[in-house]
Amino acid sequence: MDIQIKLFATLREGRGKIVTKEFPPAATPRQVIETLQISEEDVAILLVNGQDGSLDQELHDQDVLSIFPPVGGG
Amino acid sequence: MKGYRGKILRINLDDRSVVKEDLNMEWAKSYIGGRGLGTKYFYEEVDPKVDAFSKENKIIMATGPLSGTPTPTGGRYMVITKSPLTDTIASSNSGGRWGAELKFCGYDMVILEGKADKPVYIDIRDDEVEIKDAAHLWGQTTSKTMELLAKDVGEKAKILNIGPAGEKLSRIAAVMNDMDRAAGRSGVGAVMGSKNVKAITVKGSSKPEIHDMAQLKQVVAAANKSIKENGVTGEGLPTYGTAVLVNIINENGVFPTNNFQTSTFDKAEEISGENLAENYLVKRTGCYGCPIACGRHCKVDDLEAGGPEYETIWGYGADCGVSNLGNIIKANYWCNEMGLDTISASTTIAAAMELYQRGLITDQDLDGVPLQFGNDDAIIEWTKRMGLREGLGDKLAEGSFRLGEAYGASDVSMSVKKQELPAYDPRGIQGQGLAYATSNRGGCHVRAYLISPEILGLPEKLDKFSTEGKPLWVKIFQDLTASIDSLGLCLFTSFAMGAGDYANMYNAAVGTDHTDETILEAGDRIWNLERMFNMKSGLKKEDDTLPKRLLKEAIPDGPAKDKTSLLDQMLPEYYELRGWDTDGVPTEDKLNSLKI
Repeated sequence: MDIQIKLFATLREGRGKIVTKEFPPAATPRQVIETLQISEEDVAILLVNGQDGSLDQELHDQDVLSIFPPVGGG
Repeated sequence: MKGYRGKILRINLDDRSVVKEDLNMEWAKSYIGGRGLGTKYFYEEVDPKVDAFSKENKIIMATGPLSGTPTPTGGRYMVITKSPLTDTIASSNSGGRWGAELKFCGYDMVILEGKADKPVYIDIRDDEVEIKDAAHLWGQTTSKTMELLAKDVGEKAKILNIGPAGEKLSRIAAVMNDMDRAAGRSGVGAVMGSKNVKAITVKGSSKPEIHDMAQLKQVVAAANKSIKENGVTGEGLPTYGTAVLVNIINENGVFPTNNFQTSTFDKAEEISGENLAENYLVKRTGCYGCPIACGRHCKVDDLEAGGPEYETIWGYGADCGVSNLGNIIKANYWCNEMGLDTISASTTIAAAMELYQRGLITDQDLDGVPLQFGNDDAIIEWTKRMGLREGLGDKLAEGSFRLGEAYGASDVSMSVKKQELPAYDPRGIQGQGLAYATSNRGGCHVRAYLISPEILGLPEKLDKFSTEGKPLWVKIFQDLTASIDSLGLCLFTSFAMGAGDYANMYNAAVGTDHTDETILEAGDRIWNLERMFNMKSGLKKEDDTLPKRLLKEAIPDGPAKDKTSLLDQMLPEYYELRGWDTDGVPTEDKLNSLKI
C-alpha cells in the first residue's frame, strides 16, 4: 500500500518535503519512521490524515502522515 | 527585597512634575511585579469606568523583579492601562532591551498621569528625568522617530515610542520599543498618544542587586540547560522562529482562513516558517538575556526588517487569503512603522475583505485598492492607510468590531471583547476557545496558551476536540502565565520550565520563599484582580463568549470539519474552579482567600 509522508522543519533535511513510499499491509507509523531513519524522539507531533495519530496504529492505503519534530511558538 | 530597584517614577503631564516614590513592597510581595504589580497600582488609582482617552486614565510601564537580572529572557516589561479597544484592563508585554534599561536607571516602573499640552518625549538617565519637546518627532514613523531620537539622546539609549497610529488614536495602536519589538495589543499606543507622549528614552548605569548571586547563577545555569536541551526552545524556535507553527496549525485544520470562513489554507507551505528560513531569513535576533533568540530579520527586494512572527504571517496571510510571503514581510514592516498591532491590523483587513465580499464595502470606498481576499497589494496599502487614517483607513483604525458596526455587520469581527482573535481556530481546539472567551484583555492566545498541550503535546498531549478537563488546564495556564508576566520573563521559557523553576529564580534573586504553589496562587490573585477591574468597568458574563460564527457555524472542511466551539460545556466548570458565582463574579470568600 502507498503511504504519503509529509515532513516538516528539520525533518526535511536530507529527506525532502513529501515522500510517497510503499509499505506492506497493516504497516504502522513506527515502521514508516524507521524506514525514513527518523528517531522516535524526533517525532513530537504525528498526524494521520490530519488527526492525532500514534506510532503503533494500523495504516491504510493512501493514508497521509504528517510528522513534526519538537517545535513551538505563539 | 533585592531584585527590585524599590522606586517608581511618577510623571504628571499636566503640571510636568516628576516624583520618585518608594515602591510599595507589601504589594510587591503579593503581586510580584510587572503585570501583577502594575495592575495593583492601576486598580488602586484609576476609576474602572474612566474613558480610556481621558486624561484621568493612566499608563504604566512596569518591569518585573527579574527584569535586568542575569535570568534567561529577563528583559521584559508590561504596559498597563485601560484599553480603548476592549474597555478592559490592558496589559501588553514586550521584549527587546528597554525594560532592562529602565531597571538600570533605578526604577521598577513609570506611571504617566494627565495629558501634556503639546507633544513631548521623556528622557530618563538615572536620576535625571526631563520632559522634552517632541514637535520634531510628531507624525514620524517609528523607525524615523528612533533615528531622530538617537541624535538627541545618544545611540546607547533604549527607545520606546509610538507611531502615527498611536498619535491618531487608533484603538489598535501599539507601543513599540527597540525598533521592532511591540507591546502590541489592546490599543496601548493610543493611550500614550492621547497623552501627547511620543517616546520614553532610557539610559541607566546600575544593575539591580541580587539576594544570592551564587544561588542565582546555579538556578540560571540549570534553567539555561533546560532551555538548550528542550526541542522547542533549543532547536525549533531558534531555527525557524515562531513561524514554524504555520504548517503545524494548518495540518491540524485549525488555521483560520479568509476571516475564519474556512480553517485550512491550501497555500500554507508558501507562507511557512520553512519557506521563510530558506528564502528570506537574514539573521536571528534575541531580546535582552535571551538564550532562545526566536526573533527574525528578513529581507525582500531592497527591504530588510525585523519579523515577521507567526501571528502576523497568519493574519496577513491565510486570514486575508494571501500567499505572497514577500508582501507579508512588507505589510509587517509597515505595521511596525505605523505602530499598529499586527494581529489586530491584519485581521481588521480580513474583516474588511469579508465586508467587501458581502457587498457592504464597495469599490467606491477603496480608492483603487480592492479588498478582495487574496489581494497581496491590499495588505500593504491598507496597513498604511489604516495607520494614517486615510479614507476607509479611518474606520479600519477603530478595529474590526467598530468597523463591522459601521456597516451594521459587527458579526464580521472575529473578536472577543472587541479584541481580534489570533491564529488558532477554537472550533477545533476546545480549551483554546475557553481561554479566548475568558481572557481578561479580550481575544488573546498568550493569557493561556492551550495550543501547547492541545496541539504541541507539551507538557502532555490532550485531545483537542474534547472539552473534558479543559477548564482546569485553562485556569492553571492563566495563573502561571500571569506570574511569568509579572516576574519579567518571556512566556516561551515555559516550554522548558515549570512553576517550581520560576520560584527558584525568584527566591535567589529577591530573597523570597516561594514554591510552585505560591507562584500559581500569586497568578490566581493577579487574575482575580484583573477580573474585578473588568467587572467594575461594566463587563458581564455575556462578554465571556466567542464570535457567533465559532459557536454556530461548523468548520466546513479539512481535518477539523464539522467542529464548533463547545464553550457552554466548559464555562460553568471554569467559573466554579475560579471560585466565582454563576455570573462569573469573584465571590467574597474567593477574594478574601487571596487577600484582595
